[in-house]
Amino acid sequence: MNWSEFLPTGIQLSYLVAASLFILGLKQLGSPSTARRGNQLAAVGMLLAVVATLLDRSVLSYGTIFLGMAIGAMIGAVAAYQVEMTAMPQMVGIFNGLGGGASALIAIAEFWRVLSTGEPLSLTSLIVIVLGILIGGVTLTGSFIAFGKLQGILPGSPIVFPLQQPLNVLLLGGFLVGSVYFMTDPNTLSVFFGLIAIALILGVFFVIPIGGGDMPVVISLLNSYSGLAAAAAGFVVNNNMLIIAGALVGASGIILTNIMCKGMNRSLTNVLFAGFGSDGGSSATAGSSGSAKANQTVRSVDPEEGAMMLKYARSVVIVPGYGMAVAQAQHSVKELVDQLESAGVEVRYAIHPVAGRMPGHMNVLLAEANVPYPQLYDMEDINPQFDKTDVALVIGANDVVNPAARHDNSSPIYGMPILEVDKAKSTIVIKRGMGTGFSGVQNELFFEDKTMMLFGSAKDMVGQLVAEVKQLA
Amino acid sequence: MTTATLVTSLFVFVLAAFVGFEVINKVPPTLHTPLMSGANAISGIAVLGAILVSGTGNLTLSAILGLIAVILATINVVGGFLVTDRMLQMFKKKEA
Repeated sequence: MNWSEFLPTGIQLSYLVAASLFILGLKQLGSPSTARRGNQLAAVGMLLAVVATLLDRSVLSYGTIFLGMAIGAMIGAVAAYQVEMTAMPQMVGIFNGLGGGASALIAIAEFWRVLSTGEPLSLTSLIVIVLGILIGGVTLTGSFIAFGKLQGILPGSPIVFPLQQPLNVLLLGGFLVGSVYFMTDPNTLSVFFGLIAIALILGVFFVIPIGGGDMPVVISLLNSYSGLAAAAAGFVVNNNMLIIAGALVGASGIILTNIMCKGMNRSLTNVLFAGFGSDGGSSATAGSSGSAKANQTVRSVDPEEGAMMLKYARSVVIVPGYGMAVAQAQHSVKELVDQLESAGVEVRYAIHPVAGRMPGHMNVLLAEANVPYPQLYDMEDINPQFDKTDVALVIGANDVVNPAARHDNSSPIYGMPILEVDKAKSTIVIKRGMGTGFSGVQNELFFEDKTMMLFGSAKDMVGQLVAEVKQLA
Repeated sequence: MTTATLVTSLFVFVLAAFVGFEVINKVPPTLHTPLMSGANAISGIAVLGAILVSGTGNLTLSAILGLIAVILATINVVGGFLVTDRMLQMFKKKEA
């Protein structure tokens, strides 16, 4: 076997090793003690796959490729080191979009290349090209809209307009008809460009009606799409490595999407199409239940009293939510917990699966503040503990602690699993005002006798609690 | 692409998806974000396809599109792995 025969085999074998490294890496990402090595294994796999591909004999010019990779690596590295941990959802969102965009471009470029050489395009090639453009295009614009919402460039609330669903159906139908036409006559470029345009518009329409609190679902779904887009690109250029890696990512994204939907007790279709938390149907019910509560009283405390309750408690459970992320209060929270622990209070954190704007959002923020992860408890583990808890401290969370989810079947969040903070002996809620949560529902927890409201931004209030706890010493 | 290669590729795709489901199924919530961003970096594998379509030697339109794809996918790969590593560095058990 000479070199020119060995090379293609060698490339394929390297792909096999790289694919195995991806699988091992993902497996190790599933356990805290091995996760970092898992990520490094996957990175090594990627490097191997890239080097092997550069040796492919169809790659003739290296200059532009290396230039492109250098530019990309620089931007990626700067972004990875600069990003604030609170901005991780946007970051993952935009990376998803870039991956999807790259996959769509590959499909377009491959089509263009074959067309310009005058080779005949088989039906199967055309099918995979159309699929690549559809999935890649939707991932690209969908992710950018998600980024805009998370970054606050676009309003976080759902954007709905009349005839939205019929329009979506029309666009999808148009894409199908266009695809069929394109497959019978691939030389009509206007149809080809039309397909690209529809895919991009579909991505926008897919994400704009979804509200901020449903973002964990959207981000994991787009993550899945970015994998599927890569797999589709793999079909286009006939490369197993892309197909395997894409399928792995697609599967992991679907698993996370599923976990997030379960965390809200809602189906994926409901999340994607209901316009949840908009000014539509849900606020009507919210309005009625809200006004029924309007004449109830709310008890508020000042930081001094709150600090006293916390310091003389035996056990405290902290429930962080999106409000903690927005205020970047995680470091102050850690400081408060250190103070309480040195006073002999047992402190734990309760993490709801959909707290924040992406899967595991709270865990990342608390890890950044050096909170050891064994102190974080999942919903199932902490819920039986609340009736033995003296104080539950809710920091910027709302719907995930609303007891109405348990008993009020007229509430839009009815059936959603919640953290049962109302079972603690007393509850302190840090919140900026009496505004409703993402679901638009008033929270009956705030009106209970043993609930104290501490009004203010999470960072200020936790900071004042820290100061007061210190003074008590 | 012929129908036979399409079917072979479909086999690879479906089996890999099953592997993915099995491998990732039991991930603790603490690691959801790193898993997502790590998987996201892996989806940057599209860079391979981008290299293949952009490296044809001539500066054609498809090579230019491929080059843009190389840049986008490399951002995805490098940024994704680095930010995941940065996150995982923070997940430590309490010392002492």
